Amino acid sequence: MELNLNVNGRNRSVTCRANATLVDVLREQLNLTGAHVGCDTSQCGACTVHLNGDAVKACTILAAQCDGQAILTIEGLSSVDGHHPMQAAFKNCHALQCGFCTPGMIMSAIDLVQKNDDLTEAQIREQLEGNLCRCTGYQNIAAAVAEGASAMKEAGQ
Amino acid sequence: MSEGIGQRVLRKEDGRFITGKGRYTDDIKQVGQTFAYFVRSPHAHASVNGINIDAALAAPGVIAVLTGADVTADGLGGLPCGWMIHSKDGSEMKQPHHPVLADTKVNYLGEPVAMVIADSALEAKNAAELVEVDWQELDAVVFAGAAQSATAIYPEIANNTCYEWSLGDGDAVEAAMANAAHVTHIEITNNRLIPNAMEPRAALAEYNPGSDELTLHTTSQNPHLTRLILTAFVQIAPEHKLRVIAPDVGGGFGSKIFVYSEETALAWAAKKLGLTIKWTAERSEAFLADAHGRDHVTTADLAMDEAGNFLAFKVKTIANMGAYLSTFASSVPTYLYGTLLAGQYRTPAIYVEVDSVFTNTAPVDAYRGAGRPEATYLLERIVTKAAVELGRDPADLRRQNFIGKDQFPYETPVALTYDIGDYEASLDKALDLADYAGFGARKEAAAAKGKLRGIGLSCYIEACGLAPSQVAGALGAGVGLWESGEVRVNPTGSISVLTGSHSHGQGHETTFAQLIADKLGVPVDDVDVVHGDTGKLDFGLGTYGSRSLAVGGSALVNAADKVIEKGRLIAAHLLRTDPENIEFEAPVYQMKNSNESKTFQEIAFAAYVNHDYPENLEPGLAEKAFYDPGNFTYPAGTHICEVEIDPETGVTEIVQFVAVDDFGNLINPMIVEGQVHGGIAQGIGQAMLEQAVYDDSGQLVTGSYMDYCMPRADDLPTFVVGMTCTPCTHNPLGAKGCGEAGAIGSPPAVINAILNAVGETDMNMPATPERVWALVQRSATKAA
Repeated sequence: MELNLNVNGRNRSVTCRANATLVDVLREQLNLTGAHVGCDTSQCGACTVHLNGDAVKACTILAAQCDGQAILTIEGLSSVDGHHPMQAAFKNCHALQCGFCTPGMIMSAIDLVQKNDDLTEAQIREQLEGNLCRCTGYQNIAAAVAEGASAMKEAGQ
Repeated sequence: MSEGIGQRVLRKEDGRFITGKGRYTDDIKQVGQTFAYFVRSPHAHASVNGINIDAALAAPGVIAVLTGADVTADGLGGLPCGWMIHSKDGSEMKQPHHPVLADTKVNYLGEPVAMVIADSALEAKNAAELVEVDWQELDAVVFAGAAQSATAIYPEIANNTCYEWSLGDGDAVEAAMANAAHVTHIEITNNRLIPNAMEPRAALAEYNPGSDELTLHTTSQNPHLTRLILTAFVQIAPEHKLRVIAPDVGGGFGSKIFVYSEETALAWAAKKLGLTIKWTAERSEAFLADAHGRDHVTTADLAMDEAGNFLAFKVKTIANMGAYLSTFASSVPTYLYGTLLAGQYRTPAIYVEVDSVFTNTAPVDAYRGAGRPEATYLLERIVTKAAVELGRDPADLRRQNFIGKDQFPYETPVALTYDIGDYEASLDKALDLADYAGFGARKEAAAAKGKLRGIGLSCYIEACGLAPSQVAGALGAGVGLWESGEVRVNPTGSISVLTGSHSHGQGHETTFAQLIADKLGVPVDDVDVVHGDTGKLDFGLGTYGSRSLAVGGSALVNAADKVIEKGRLIAAHLLRTDPENIEFEAPVYQMKNSNESKTFQEIAFAAYVNHDYPENLEPGLAEKAFYDPGNFTYPAGTHICEVEIDPETGVTEIVQFVAVDDFGNLINPMIVEGQVHGGIAQGIGQAMLEQAVYDDSGQLVTGSYMDYCMPRADDLPTFVVGMTCTPCTHNPLGAKGCGEAGAIGSPPAVINAILNAVGETDMNMPATPERVWALVQRSATKAA
């Protein structure tokens, strides 16, 4: 089927199977491999992207459901002149090791911070339940989300 | 220097990962690539009476279907185990043939019997359902404790027993037991785990018939070993025609050390069919067919005199190998387990027997810590139990039995010689950080709000930096365990560092760059680390057993020293003096008693744009080194866990977790602390959440993230991490390794804390709310 997607600010036309998931289309057809597939039960969150400003697990939504809508992936976060404050916070806090969960984690974190003010560490940890990381023990991720939240606030994001 | 050794330099590799530009195996796309899907056994144990591939072959997009019969017909070798263990009677371990694809019989749930290759992944998967296998189900042997009395899985292997191994002086132990004032007995299991690196295994095999070159991109912790096994044992391609590349790899934790059926089958099929083939495991396949970890059943006795001095320790363990011997499986419950049973203590007599057994379950092999967590869990549980039985403070009983800091080098009764340590220093620091003295007040406060509060200790030791090749060889290792490194200085003074170690999250691109930048006096940004490609590196043994810095880093130090020496010759030539008149203080070569000097960058340039070199001076500035360690390294430390339990529900909260570790010298403390955090998270996962469960028929009950409980952000506390330092005495960095300590030290601390809260001495991991609630009930019943 034919779909029109706005991906990272660009209009893209794709032809895909009716049962293709959003992450299939992003990875296989648009070559946006930042969203990763870490499970088959919608549990790990490595494929998290934004759909019209909301974090979604791209393995659990059909591409067809996204027709005509706006998708933001990890690749769309950075500008030529720098990283998004949440990306910078993840590096600054050593919040990643193997990096496989990182794109999904960052996309979830941005959504979380955009929708909640003054998050406590406990709230951050609870809200990140949908994203698995096997490397970091989450401690530096929680710190990065807090630092990224402050930086986003300062930047008016 | 702000970015040299010991500095918290931010990671160089992060740029690509935070922007989605990492390049993992499944991200790589080649023109014309096809896709494989594996047909797996739905039974734990069954005969394969026949396979009909006709319908699958006729399905849309299908290019080929290969089965175990094709593997047999092509004469492929089996997947070998690289470590020969001898039983106590001197006989060699029993090793069943581990086929690349099973032909006439399957021995575990999920064992691959056929592969379907198609134009798309979906077509391959759909067609796989059309492969008709005539199964004849057989009785399954599932549990380690029952394996030796069950029907033999392999007719030639009696009692399903791989080996009956022992270490230590059994007579001395029996004599000490007979004269002991007190003997503490324990029966424990070490729960079976599934590693679950977040990136599932994947491979992409490409064959170029014109050059006969086969390239395998794969999720490996040690691509050279993969190449060696595919070449020398499975005999898929000659070594010089096979290139193995492990690009960005999304975590390993041991599970990506091993050479598996799927990657091997892919390489074979690509060459056989002249295709480019990709396979990426679904998570369900990872649960079924990645090598699992742990799975021990143990009884043990610790004998003490009246004063609480440890006299003897006697251990009997049954270790589950699964259906086949995975690449390093045989070494895990023996030389990585039995040798660590002295722990931090002076126990004079130790004897351990390990029976490793085959079952109809996935192969079991090294998982973060590999043998050392099992040893530490056993020892630190029984020591705490002994303290309870003797009415002693568990910290004091440990301290009383510690090897003193003035007793090194210390030869244990189980074949190791610890080079250095200071166990009281790490214990004291941990007690201080945990406010151990204030625990009583916190327990009272918890009781006032209806909670049970407990505190638990674990004083661990591990042997890392595998390994002195001579020792490893004498113990049965099939390969030497050195590491290689190369420092290539470019004409402009920037540097490429090539290492046989492999980074799949450990941050080598930063740590190793820091190391070389510090040695040579160049900015970290001017040093790039190259790893994970047999086409770029001579040879390497890869990353496991917390060996990368202690062994791989030491090789790089030696290579850098050679570069410095070569540079000295060049500087002497340029300054028209003798080399002994040149001193190197990074980054400057200075002529003694003179104002004349050359910078490292000037020397690098001169090394390549030479016009007047004397005969004995070769152009270029690149040096290699192979480093074979003189001993293992011995990281050690104390972990203290404090929990609060709701007695009504059994829900346990870790309210404090302190880890104090002695890793020797640190290159990048930020990265080291990150390794500790991750290790503790996996240890707490084992202690409280995770367990691979097979039912009686060998079906995997915990086959997805819906059933296998992975630690999530809100399951874990904020860890308090402290360090002490006794530098390793036998490598040039004084480094010991930090990758596994968290997973080794933490499980007994957690369980000891729970038992302390409830006032009991026995329970098994994982401490789920149901189990803890039952423990609380048991304790209450006894009290009543």
